[in-house]
Amino acid sequence: MTTAPAHLSKAEIDACQRALPRAFSRPPVERVRMAVGWAAFAGLIAFCLWRMDFAPQRLWQGFGKLGWLLQLMWPPWHGGWPGEFSYAMLQTLAMAFLGTMLAGLAAVPLGFLGARNVVPEKFFHFGLRRLFDGIRGIDALIWALMFVNVVGLGPFAGVMAIAISDSGTLAKLFAEAIENVERRQIDGVWASGANRLQVMRFGILPQVLPVTLSHALYYFESNTRSATILGVVGAGGIGLQLADRIRVNNWDEVGFLLIMILVAVTIIDLISKIIRLRLIHAGEAPPEAPAAAH
Amino acid sequence: MTTVSGNPIGAAVAADDAITAFERRRRELNRTKRVQAVAFGGLFLAAVVGALWLSEVSVAKFVEGFPGLVAYIHGTLPEIRTEHFVADVAEWYWGIGRWLSLLLDTVLMAFMGTLFGTAGAFLMCFPASRNLTPHGGVYVICRRLLDIARTVPELVFALIFVYAFGLGPLPGVLAIGVHSMGALGKLFSEVNENIAPGPADGVRAAGGNWFQLVRFAVVPQVLPNFASYTLLRFEINVRASSVLGFIGAGGIGQELYTVIRQFIYVDISALVALLILTVALIDITCEQLRRRLIGAQGLT
Repeated sequence: MTTAPAHLSKAEIDACQRALPRAFSRPPVERVRMAVGWAAFAGLIAFCLWRMDFAPQRLWQGFGKLGWLLQLMWPPWHGGWPGEFSYAMLQTLAMAFLGTMLAGLAAVPLGFLGARNVVPEKFFHFGLRRLFDGIRGIDALIWALMFVNVVGLGPFAGVMAIAISDSGTLAKLFAEAIENVERRQIDGVWASGANRLQVMRFGILPQVLPVTLSHALYYFESNTRSATILGVVGAGGIGLQLADRIRVNNWDEVGFLLIMILVAVTIIDLISKIIRLRLIHAGEAPPEAPAAAH
Repeated sequence: MTTVSGNPIGAAVAADDAITAFERRRRELNRTKRVQAVAFGGLFLAAVVGALWLSEVSVAKFVEGFPGLVAYIHGTLPEIRTEHFVADVAEWYWGIGRWLSLLLDTVLMAFMGTLFGTAGAFLMCFPASRNLTPHGGVYVICRRLLDIARTVPELVFALIFVYAFGLGPLPGVLAIGVHSMGALGKLFSEVNENIAPGPADGVRAAGGNWFQLVRFAVVPQVLPNFASYTLLRFEINVRASSVLGFIGAGGIGQELYTVIRQFIYVDISALVALLILTVALIDITCEQLRRRLIGAQGLT
């Protein structure tokens, strides 16, 4: 393809190039800007590598050790504690379930309060939304660490941590769902002489419930994952066992626990996906999953 | 209906039949719905009771725990008087220099982790897309690897990596990278599976090989979506990297762990406020970048 097609002369190509310069090459200013941008990006990466001590020797040794650990993990063994491990796994699921449920319950009133079309008070709306964002900005593990101080070691701290950190997220999603409801249903309920509470119950709630339930289920999935690690700070569940086994170098048991986590999370994902599909089938709302979750 | 219309009595009987059939069907549907509701409600209730028992929660604990938390949060708040406002804030943030340095570590960990994760996801997502995979076996292997990386939380990876690589941000970066690779790889391959088939057919028809197909037909279509997902992942990773210090993987988490564990109340609120501010700033910046990306896509 080195020669021009027969029906295009050199002059015609030149004319095209003059008429549409950007189709053939970028202007020099833009090229310089891009080069500077890429150089800055490379510089930032180099700075990070230096600051974080990414020495080749350290990496080499680390990966060698990692391979050795993987060898130690195989074959995985339950170490004579299958009952204990299963109980811890169930406790993790229970923490995720209760935490998500409590967060969902709290999110209903909070979501109504935070929706612009329910409480049309500008400053209140702004303040409450920023509060939701603030709660959301703190990871569940930080909440768990604080709750361990307040209510002591054990799964209760984990339940509360998940409930608090997710109530911000779910309330935000719920408020956004309420702000996007169909206006005509609300007008219809108003027109039939309903009061404010009845408008919320019959005009808004039926529209947002399927979406919100599907969000809550999605967060249950993601919380199952977060609940597996809350035990690291003493908030119960499988994470406690995992951190313990790593501390005492029982890598075959670590391998077993990892496989347990994989299996449990996969099963929960499957169940939740089935229920979510059914929910969305029932309500006509689109199945938009919040991509911001894990 | 021609035979029935000639006979009014027959028509009435037929209508009656239709109504009874309708009523019977309605009763049946109502009954199944009720049975389903009771079964589902019972299952849910059983799950709640089981979960309450397993996680050792009781109403008494709740009544105790919630005011405890309020008191705890109240206890962390600093004393700030309007007459020496600046001095009080300065005292509250006495360690600001060191904290900012740790916070920089946290953000850089999230950045590097996202970078590695995106690179890994980019390499894995084409063989992990059903429509682009060179071979069925490769597809299954890539998908399972991504599933494993996505399902294991980054903190678990970090626990293992800290053991292998030693303390510091390096194991944190690798942990975030592996987990992000799984999460992004799944999203990327779903984007790949939804491309318009036209350009791919064109490259195939022109005799392009697999790499040329990916480079010239797929990548131009999916890049804006990939970038948007990557930015979203960066926001998530900043939150995640803030706690990796709990287990020795660097960043602000280690300081936070110390002050919470040792009940240095005022520092807790200072650090948490700093963290919320940073996360909010990064969220707003990423949101703006994402909007520009989507805008640029919409204009062309």
